[in-house]
Amino acid sequence: MRDKIKILAGAAIFLAVALFPLWYVRTTGKASIVPEPRLVNAGKECVNAKEYMREYHMTMLNEWRDEVVREGRRSPIVIAGVEYQKSLSDACMKCHANKSDFCDVCHNYLGVSPTCWDCHNSPKEPKHEIR
Amino acid sequence: MKYDKNYELSRREFIRKAALLGLSVGGSKTLMEVVFGDDILAASTDENPATVRWAMVVDMTKCSRREDCSDCMAACHRTHNVPAISNRRHEIKWIWREPFVNAFPELKEGRLRKDLYGAGFIVLCNHCDNPPCVRVCPTRATWRRQDGIVMMDMHRCIGCRYCMAACPYGSRSFNWMDPRKILDEKAINQDYPTRTKGVVEKCDFCAERIDRGMLPVCVEACKEKALVFGNLSDAGSPVSGLLAGRFAIRRKPELGTRPEVYYIV
Repeated sequence: MRDKIKILAGAAIFLAVALFPLWYVRTTGKASIVPEPRLVNAGKECVNAKEYMREYHMTMLNEWRDEVVREGRRSPIVIAGVEYQKSLSDACMKCHANKSDFCDVCHNYLGVSPTCWDCHNSPKEPKHEIR
Repeated sequence: MKYDKNYELSRREFIRKAALLGLSVGGSKTLMEVVFGDDILAASTDENPATVRWAMVVDMTKCSRREDCSDCMAACHRTHNVPAISNRRHEIKWIWREPFVNAFPELKEGRLRKDLYGAGFIVLCNHCDNPPCVRVCPTRATWRRQDGIVMMDMHRCIGCRYCMAACPYGSRSFNWMDPRKILDEKAINQDYPTRTKGVVEKCDFCAERIDRGMLPVCVEACKEKALVFGNLSDAGSPVSGLLAGRFAIRRKPELGTRPEVYYIV
């Protein structure tokens, strides 16, 4: 235990470096880069609250998928008098038509690559540089 | 380390106990039933007749049979984004033309009416009442709906192709490559998904249209009205009416799959 001071100092430095990002975000209240998904049809009502959609849209889409494909329950969802099909391409992407600026921004940030669009169509977008 | 003598099993005792356990499980139920439950073996629908049973009648006396007529096939493949691949090992088909002797190999023996031999019969998934593809699917990506449609869930398909081996009609196709690379980008029907590499696909009687009260696209596209679609459980439906008055055959009924696509010859 002769190196006690060295070890403790080393541990303290390590902790300071490792915890710096957490402390920084906490005190300044902002992360250096946050994804900013952009809405094209802002102002319209979504099928669920923003907070719910943010966290659980994938769960909801999976439920829709099971209801439509496996149970054949295709009746649309009515929100404020407007009918929405239980469909990614037919409902979600009618409003959120800008996949690269809406969906991809968060998905890329989080490093997730959903396979939805391997088969499902997304609306055509004008080509722009990759961010 | 010391261990409790009481828990020690002699070789003989171990075998005796294992045999007893095996007997108690295997004696009452088969392994299949233990693993999958009863429903997988109870594929038959005889006990519980459905009120809706979709079926198709192909009236080959009306079908133009001309090689250049492909209205039904073109409409289907366009609507469902089925790519046209000329390599027969990779081709994808939902509805296509098959020479009579290939569609009905058991009728090849002996002599039949002469015009049948040259005829290209319109074939598609038979939506069997006892579908062998459903029985072998390990993920239940394909299953039989209450109304008789043998559905595909592309989300679940792992591409093992057991169903293709099981189907005696060759109704299923495997995506050996990404169909989007073959499809004309401008011609893709935006209202219907494409498939991805590594899944099996086939005709699903246009389930998404039927659920909305529409007819399958092939039936709508046929100018000769040779394709008739309807509810077999309803005595007043067009298919029931046709089958009550005309003689119709089915493909390979001797296999016990109970196909529900009928051919008037």
